[in-house]
Amino acid sequence: MSEAVPVKRSISPIFWLLFGAGGMLSALFGPALILITDVLGPTGTGLPADFESYDHALAFARNPLGKLVLLAVISLFFWHGAERIYLTLKDMKAGPLPVLKLATYGVAAAVTLVTFLLLLAIGF
Amino acid sequence: MSEAATLTKTVELRILRYLPASDESPSFRSFQVPYSDDMSVLQALQTIKDTLDATLSFRWSCRMAVCGSCGMMINGEPRLACNTFLRNLPPGPVTVEALKNFPIERDLVVSVGDFVKKIESIYPYIIPKEPKTVAQGTYLQTPAQLAAYESFSDCINCMLCYAACPQFGENPDFIGPGAMALLQRYNGDSRDGGQQKRLDAIAGEDGVWSCTAVGICSEVCPKHVDPANAINQNKTNSAFDFFLHYLRKDAAQ
Repeated sequence: MSEAVPVKRSISPIFWLLFGAGGMLSALFGPALILITDVLGPTGTGLPADFESYDHALAFARNPLGKLVLLAVISLFFWHGAERIYLTLKDMKAGPLPVLKLATYGVAAAVTLVTFLLLLAIGF
Repeated sequence: MSEAATLTKTVELRILRYLPASDESPSFRSFQVPYSDDMSVLQALQTIKDTLDATLSFRWSCRMAVCGSCGMMINGEPRLACNTFLRNLPPGPVTVEALKNFPIERDLVVSVGDFVKKIESIYPYIIPKEPKTVAQGTYLQTPAQLAAYESFSDCINCMLCYAACPQFGENPDFIGPGAMALLQRYNGDSRDGGQQKRLDAIAGEDGVWSCTAVGICSEVCPKHVDPANAINQNKTNSAFDFFLHYLRKDAAQ
């Protein structure tokens, strides 16, 4: 049997892995984050009084490990959403593919970059 | 069936007809068929062919959901005509059309050539890890090793998953759910050593990456093969292979 012609490798795995990682993170931490930051925090239920204070948040964001957590949670959530929205828009034939990619992956990439820079800017 | 009186009830079948020699495009034609409680859509079609219109064409063989020949759109859903019973369908006319997403050859018969090529493209046979002579004996497998791929070997090539898949409808070059299930049947087999060849075959945009995880392939599968699961496993495998192939010595070939 003759060998098949080698197929051109798709770069989709990169986006799919980011999508998968974001999906896993959002499933594990998304509901808890919403509960803490949107319900328990504002109503002051079940949390220490100064839990959401600026100083605490800043200290968390200045910790190297805290920076890593923030970068992963923020950027991967965006990559997850970008993939889903991109594929949906593509199926709906909402526009030329480069435009759709820019509007979805592009946004996720920009958010990742800005988050990274901001985390550096606020210092350690 | 002795008394005709027991068969007074009839059911209407609206069938999409297409005779390439005389028709410009497919069009519906209705038939009234005597109804009985144990009648499948396939039996209704056979009744039409035997008693009303011998020119009606459709594929069938086993009548028991084993051969995969009688896939067609019944009330808009891809189903096997032999295990779809009239009694389970809503009252009113039953619409029967050729499988969606495939070129119609004649009436309910579609062209399967492309599908067969896709099946062939994923090396649908065991490529032994270590070739053995007859004298060396058989390849042994534990029940757990069998369970790893067994469900994927239940595919009957009925192509219902292809008719249901919106991505295959958009892109006829997409390798599709059925071929991916068959790929996993071999890649998951402990005796097989052809994983890399198969992964190379599906690494392109028309391979595993055309799937957007709609999942309807698994819903319509009459044999519960779960092609969506096979595709997802191979997205993972293909994604790892995407990065690992840079490290392989033979990658440049």
